[in-house]
Amino acid sequence: MTITLFIPCFIDLMYPEVGISVVRIFEKLGHQVVVPSAPACCGQPAFNSGYWDEARSTAVKVLEQLQSAESVVVPSGSCGAMLKVFYRELFAGTPHAGLAQKLGAKTHEFSSFLVHQLGVTDLGAAFPHKVTFHDGCHGLRELNNKLPPRQLLAKVRGLELVEMSPPETCCGFGGTFSAKFPAIATAMGEGKCASVLDTQADYVVSCDSSCLMQIQGLASRRQMPIKTIHLAQVLASS
Amino acid sequence: MSEREDIFARIREALSVKAVGHDGGLPSVIEQRSVLPAVGSTEAEQLALFRKNAADLRADFQQFASESDLQSSVRELCQVEGWTKIATHDGQLAHAVAQSLGVPVLNTTGGYEKHELAACDAGITECDALVAQTGSVLVTTLSAGGRALSCLPPHHVVLARKEQLVSDLPAALELLQRKYGRKYPSMISFITGPSRTGDIERILVLGAHGPKKLTILMV
Amino acid sequence: MTAPAAQFTTDARRLSADLRHRGIIQTAMGKYEVVRDQRKAGFQDWQGARELAARTKFQAVNHLGQHLEELAAKLEARGTQVHWAGTGAQAREIILSILREKQARVVVKSKTMTSEEIHLNHAMVEAGYEVVESDLGEFIVQLRGEAPYHLVFPSMHLTRGEIKDLFAEKLHDAPSDNPEDLTMVARRVLRQKYLQADIGITGANFAIAETGMISITENEGNARLTAALPKTMITLVGIEKILPRLADLGLFLPMLAVMGAGQALTGYNTFYGGPRQPGESDGPEEFHVVFLDNQRTALLADAEQRDALGCIRCGACLNVCPIFRNVGGHTYGTTYGGPIGSVITPHLRGLAEWKHLSDASSLCGACTETCPVKIELHHHLLQNRRNGAQANPSRFQKTAFKLFAAMANNARWWSLITQLARVGQVLQKPVKSTALDPASAWTKTRDLPPVAKESFREWWKKRK
Repeated sequence: MTITLFIPCFIDLMYPEVGISVVRIFEKLGHQVVVPSAPACCGQPAFNSGYWDEARSTAVKVLEQLQSAESVVVPSGSCGAMLKVFYRELFAGTPHAGLAQKLGAKTHEFSSFLVHQLGVTDLGAAFPHKVTFHDGCHGLRELNNKLPPRQLLAKVRGLELVEMSPPETCCGFGGTFSAKFPAIATAMGEGKCASVLDTQADYVVSCDSSCLMQIQGLASRRQMPIKTIHLAQVLASS
Repeated sequence: MSEREDIFARIREALSVKAVGHDGGLPSVIEQRSVLPAVGSTEAEQLALFRKNAADLRADFQQFASESDLQSSVRELCQVEGWTKIATHDGQLAHAVAQSLGVPVLNTTGGYEKHELAACDAGITECDALVAQTGSVLVTTLSAGGRALSCLPPHHVVLARKEQLVSDLPAALELLQRKYGRKYPSMISFITGPSRTGDIERILVLGAHGPKKLTILMV
Repeated sequence: MTAPAAQFTTDARRLSADLRHRGIIQTAMGKYEVVRDQRKAGFQDWQGARELAARTKFQAVNHLGQHLEELAAKLEARGTQVHWAGTGAQAREIILSILREKQARVVVKSKTMTSEEIHLNHAMVEAGYEVVESDLGEFIVQLRGEAPYHLVFPSMHLTRGEIKDLFAEKLHDAPSDNPEDLTMVARRVLRQKYLQADIGITGANFAIAETGMISITENEGNARLTAALPKTMITLVGIEKILPRLADLGLFLPMLAVMGAGQALTGYNTFYGGPRQPGESDGPEEFHVVFLDNQRTALLADAEQRDALGCIRCGACLNVCPIFRNVGGHTYGTTYGGPIGSVITPHLRGLAEWKHLSDASSLCGACTETCPVKIELHHHLLQNRRNGAQANPSRFQKTAFKLFAAMANNARWWSLITQLARVGQVLQKPVKSTALDPASAWTKTRDLPPVAKESFREWWKKRK
């Protein structure tokens, strides 16, 4: 099948290896990957800040550019939720409501796409490390994406998964929140890093590079022995 | 317009815009029962559940074969606890038990002096029901001698009949509507264990304001 | 920035770094979570219960006028005096006039956040009455001259040592820091007050339309005594506390107990329908119910957020909120904190002044997930942000987002942004983490990842 990738702005600029891993994985499975030349931002910052007109201006281009895509895959729970869930609210009552509905129906977060749409859990990957998994809040609560990442990690050779306790706490990124309320975001990050350290895992894996940016950012500054990696990169490892 | 009329006008105005939401209508008791904690269908199961709940709540629950056995137990309790004055009301069972103790008895039925009640070591009341699902005692002003009798004295002793055990909260609420539907008592209370608080470091302490001890005796 | 917003930011900054505070709250919440989860597991279908509760409150709120009418009529039929207060000031005046008429001296209160909302205690004390909070947690914060810290656990932030010192200073009675001993001190003091008090003031957790009763949930028995001994009883209740039927309590009392404190049922759940009736042994001669609007009808009029009126004040959303856990209850600077407080305060007290509470959230959604009546809490925070931006747009943000919209989804502009990001990174290096750093909000405490030497799009383009 032809898979259209929506690569979020921060992955494009700062974590290209995530996008590259996704491409390699889909091509290995025999699918054709398409990356539209234009779209880079789903409009979430404007949307979260309450500037919905401006968010719509950003998002309407995404709607148009992904209009003819068969399947859209997003390697981010946060941006995935924006396209799949929040676009409906953003475009409700506008001429683009129908397009938004259609896009939502054919958009999938990366891990959920592999498991639910392609029916694949074993990618022949090997990653012989002890890891813990961080559930990004949007992926967890807006997309109900608890199981697919774990089903995929279970098939990675040599990988040992240890769950964090408490298991589903926000890392403190929250998009614009982490810049508008840095003190609180830092405190939340401290809580998350403490949970990670308790697992004694070598890596924190997540479907969200934005969360990993927060966790790694704090961990590096405090010189904590924490390494972060996106699920796609683990699945592309051999 | 009066304040009342203003408020109702604002409500009408507000509700003229329809909301989207959980519009499935008010749930039936059957629907409630399908989600609430299970209770067990037999009397034996429900009794066992009540017993377990009472123990978890630190309420003292005992069952007796006869009224005279129950009375002896209360006499013993009176001696062990060192009661010097107790209070009760005009319930047949409660009255009989209270009189058999050999200590001064304050009867709250018809009215009483509150400082006298405050000086009592225990309050003996009847009840409307025991609730298996939660380990609760259901009392009203009419079944338990007013509002304060079951709450002011530091030890509350409840006398219940076996037939008064009901399965769950919905059943107890239905009982209230059947028994009092024409004219409800001004106070109805579900008592679930002795008085407690966790306000200091979430450490459980019994006897915050209400009774420190709750004894439930069934015959 | 408004004054409340500035206060929030300052206090949030301080509390977020306060490890001692963080530890106390973490311990308290940890205990709660264990029992809450045990009790939820005891339900046959917890998610099903939430749906039933949501349906009940949807019906209640969307037929509010009809239910209130029935409730008031049934209360009055049994001799209750029903009052209507459009504003907090009106409610205060109604209550003060009752106190005046009764020539009261001592007022005993059971826990009511609604009375906090209208600053009732302050008004009564100013008017010369002795006011005693009877709930242990409220009693403690009253002695400290503080607002309650949390909807359900007013003194959650205090250690036993602090409470011992408080009792020693204010009551000259503090035998030890043992919670049992301290509780007994409060019991002794309050016992006298129940007997002395002329007036007992309560709140209500629910108001049952079908049978004309108000329902009070508590563990300590202090509300029972407040409603039993004084000659006059006054209940202050928000108009939204309606439940349509007595049977609805069969669902709501257990759910409130589970989410409020991890209990199967709270110690005392009591329904009051009138003053002492003929044939009853005791009870207040007069029973007054004061129904309070105070902008609840404004929230009702917001069809999008109307479900927030279904809140049963269990505090569960506060307990799961990572922001609440880090900044604490007092930082919100208003009666209702946590997620529900952040949602409703703009409606109760003004959007411009209180929108910042809706901003101070990572939108993790844990609140929405936990709410027993399925209020769309974090979505409402987003809506408050939208409403705030529409009413009072920030010129800077609006322009920035407009600019970004124009450039972000255009291939050529995006390529330029990519170059600028690399240049910016180089320029940022020398001023990183200092006051000059434009990214200092982040870099003050966290490292930023480098902009990639080759962006994904550049890699993809090369591939072609």
